[in-house]
Amino acid sequence: MVKLVYFAWVRERIGRGEEEVELPASVKTAGDLISHLATLGEEYEAALQFPKAIRVALDQEHVEHDEPIGGAREIGLFPPMTGG
Amino acid sequence: MTVIPIIRVQAEDFDGAAETRAITGGRRDIGALVSFIGLCRDEGGSLSALELEHYPGMAEAEMRRIALEAIERFHLQALTAIHRFGRIEAGAQIVLVIAAAPHRQAAFDGASFMMDYLKTSAPFWKKEHMLDGVSGQWVAARDADDRARDKWR
Repeated sequence: MVKLVYFAWVRERIGRGEEEVELPASVKTAGDLISHLATLGEEYEAALQFPKAIRVALDQEHVEHDEPIGGAREIGLFPPMTGG
Repeated sequence: MTVIPIIRVQAEDFDGAAETRAITGGRRDIGALVSFIGLCRDEGGSLSALELEHYPGMAEAEMRRIALEAIERFHLQALTAIHRFGRIEAGAQIVLVIAAAPHRQAAFDGASFMMDYLKTSAPFWKKEHMLDGVSGQWVAARDADDRARDKWR
């Protein structure tokens, strides 16, 4: 099981801030995860239909989409940041 | 001497003058101090407030990573970065960065570097609340912010 956390419009479209999920073995990278989640229902599709707009953090560190998920305990998915 | 940055992510407001005194108090070695405060603009009178969402834990961690890089790169003597979250009314303060160094260029660069990376890498998101009651628009990331960050590479 891995904990997924969502923020901003990704969170709003999916309809929850976090969840624990079991990932199929075919999900190897951050990009695989986005593609997989997008098939889970229309709310996920609405949030993740433009993968390039999605940023990923593994255990609270930014990674590129080709990064292997490995043994990450927490994966964050969110839009480009707009703080400051 | 190892410089430990002061990083805070908080709902409450901050006092820039007090944070400055916390850096300079009792010291004689600092020659330059640059402080930056980001405020909530009212966008020509149309915006009522911003809702700042953040990724608890990662927001602090990412700000600390950026701060440590700024300290090393510009040989800063002190660096404070405070970012607020929650509802922030137009005119109110959002973010504070203070960089101290022996000479001015390093202090300017340190504060600028911290802000440029903070805007594009620290996990915060702004949602607009407009005066006409319309709300729910997330602020879009700006290419200009990416370019400002990339000039440091």
